[in-house]
Amino acid sequence: MRLLDIPLAYSIRNLWVRRMTTILTAMGMALVVYVFAAVLMLDAGLRNTLVSTGEPDNMVVTRQGSVTEVQSSIDRGQASIVSQFPEVASFIEPLASRETVVLINLKKRDTGKASNVVVRGLDETGRGMRRQVKVVEGRACRPGSEEIMVGVASSRQFQGLGLGESVRFGGRDWRVVGLFDGGRSGFDSEIWADGEVLRQSFRRTTYSSLVVRLMDPSQAESFRNRVTSDPRLPLSAKSERQYYEDQSESLSRFIKILGLTLTVIFSIGAIIGATITMQSAVATRVAEIGTLRALGFQRSAILLAFLAESVALSLVGGVIGLSLASLMQSFEFSTTNFQSFSELSFGFLLTPSIVIQSLVFSVAMGVAGGMLPAIRASRIAIVEALRAA
Amino acid sequence: MLILRLLFLNIWRNKGRSVLTFLGLVIAVLAFGLLSTVVQAWYSGAESASQARLITRSSISLIFPLPLSHGERIRQVDGVESMTVSRWFGGVYKDTRNFFPQFAVDPPSYFEIYPEYMLSDEVRNKFYRDRRSAVVGRRLAQQYGFAPGDIITLKGQIFPGNWEFLIAGIYEGKEEQTDTGKMYFHWAYLNEEVKRRKISRDADSVGVFITSIADPGRAAEVSMAIDELFSNSAKETLTETEQAFQLGFVAMTEAIVVAIRAVSYVVILIIMAVMANTMAMTARERTSEYATLKALGFSPKFVAGLVAGESMLMALLGGVVGVALTYPVAAAFHEATGTLFRSFFVSFDTSIMQLLAALATGVVAAIFPMIKVYRIRIVEGLRAI
Repeated sequence: MRLLDIPLAYSIRNLWVRRMTTILTAMGMALVVYVFAAVLMLDAGLRNTLVSTGEPDNMVVTRQGSVTEVQSSIDRGQASIVSQFPEVASFIEPLASRETVVLINLKKRDTGKASNVVVRGLDETGRGMRRQVKVVEGRACRPGSEEIMVGVASSRQFQGLGLGESVRFGGRDWRVVGLFDGGRSGFDSEIWADGEVLRQSFRRTTYSSLVVRLMDPSQAESFRNRVTSDPRLPLSAKSERQYYEDQSESLSRFIKILGLTLTVIFSIGAIIGATITMQSAVATRVAEIGTLRALGFQRSAILLAFLAESVALSLVGGVIGLSLASLMQSFEFSTTNFQSFSELSFGFLLTPSIVIQSLVFSVAMGVAGGMLPAIRASRIAIVEALRAA
Repeated sequence: MLILRLLFLNIWRNKGRSVLTFLGLVIAVLAFGLLSTVVQAWYSGAESASQARLITRSSISLIFPLPLSHGERIRQVDGVESMTVSRWFGGVYKDTRNFFPQFAVDPPSYFEIYPEYMLSDEVRNKFYRDRRSAVVGRRLAQQYGFAPGDIITLKGQIFPGNWEFLIAGIYEGKEEQTDTGKMYFHWAYLNEEVKRRKISRDADSVGVFITSIADPGRAAEVSMAIDELFSNSAKETLTETEQAFQLGFVAMTEAIVVAIRAVSYVVILIIMAVMANTMAMTARERTSEYATLKALGFSPKFVAGLVAGESMLMALLGGVVGVALTYPVAAAFHEATGTLFRSFFVSFDTSIMQLLAALATGVVAAIFPMIKVYRIRIVEGLRAI
């Protein structure tokens, strides 16, 4: 028995003969694959955004128990102890950024509805520690001034955050003097101000977090242990990357669970569609199948031919669905991240593994939908089939 | 009657295909209904929120507390009936995954303003007297197995350290939609501990002031009067109705709601494609039959009507069963998600929308086959066996 006795062209041409039905069925599958891929792309986009926010040799120090910088507070004494630790790199001064992070309520440009935006107060050292952040328009804010620089995503989305505009919070008017691009990271959704001025305007005496640059990323573990084991410090340290990844956890889980549950339900519909189509393909070709059998083709060959037809059908759907989904890459998705309670923009990201997963998924739908009809086709008895003609 | 019987028999002629199409329809209608219910549940907090209650928070954002001393001045504002306070605690139970909302409140005034949270007299006495006690909602108690008399420890995310609470009792919702997934404890206890433990969080401060107003029609006026009191101070306020406040939360996650909505229409498109395919195949197979009917003198309209009738009957059957199944499935879904949704109800509107979607599917599926059989010439039709 040779595997593909019946040429593949036979299966594909049959699909072409019944174009209308093929297109309808493939469209149903395409929509399912589209939703499947879009969900995975959104999740990949979210992860990519938050992971790329962190740098491997930066550590974020926050108070024990707090999950976000907004919840955390570190006093001056604690901050200077940590910045003197031997693992911390220094360039004249230790590379440690004392940061203040608050949320402010701003209105969105398109809907006029309010959402929370992160305002990060930091100095030049802190800005320099974020290598991926580049000023794209205007300039950086001057120390000691009521100037802010705004991430490109925030600037697009919120009222008053365009270059040259100003916003009022903490009893002051802040002028936007620059826009920065964080390279599709979470910083794109933030506002940066001078740390000292921000603390004064909110009458804060403590910091929210301390970000330090390690001399070598391999010292992360020893730095973390030093922070946790020091009895003077009620603090904990995480690598910046881990910190932002943890922030994405619940949103990512939500997107995945919701999206994949939907896909499973939809795929049942699409599989049913494929079964109906293949069922009728078999029913209308009983005589033809009988002839093939009479010519000497094995049952298994018939089975494979019909299965191939179904898989080809689903692949057409898969490719259409994927192409639709890939168009989503130019869209930006923006929502409040549950964990940090602040607005976060991220995109749809198509990765090679999503392409493979989507195609495998569509093939699986094709096999599931085509199996029963294919088995039925292979069981047709020659004599009866020929009589039916 | 005879026609209806003919339609039924026609559907039953290809059992396998009909059963599959029917199943597909049921699943699509069910999914559509569930998704609409999810979207509605998202807004449920805002829907059950009152217009006669105002929420006053910091104008900068919700994370900034307001001094308790604001409260006395708010109470004096014309139109304000009563006032209470609430502060978000943000603790986790054992593990960060076990998160549920906890609020530090002033119990007597809080439960007076919120009569929808019902405490029995016994629980009320116990809770009001013991400053370290707390009450939990029915759903919350069910999810974590909290029982009166239990001592639970929460790990504070905003207020560091471990916090122990004695469960004084369980509160019930007045209506089924009332959210019973929250925990309430004494603000005075929190404030005392903040001072005692020297936590660097503002002491003598609250998250929001909640006021009930006599006349909901004056909500805007009273809100402005409250905000006016503190304008140009270091702690400016922003007052809005409870409904607007809740809608503000929904708006933050609007992108997700929009996505779910879009997806719920996609599912209808999918099933339209499947069903249109079925009808197209059916009509093609019966071409000669329809031609025969025409030859016997039935009008083209009647023949096209047969196709439409079959499609609509199928859609209706699938729709009705789908709608009926939505109720038990939604109930199971609500069970499975615990306290994620404060209320999860299939509304009457949703059922109507489901039926309409099913019927629309029937119409769309029938259009092309109808045109085809309407136009078919008898001779051609009879030839195409």
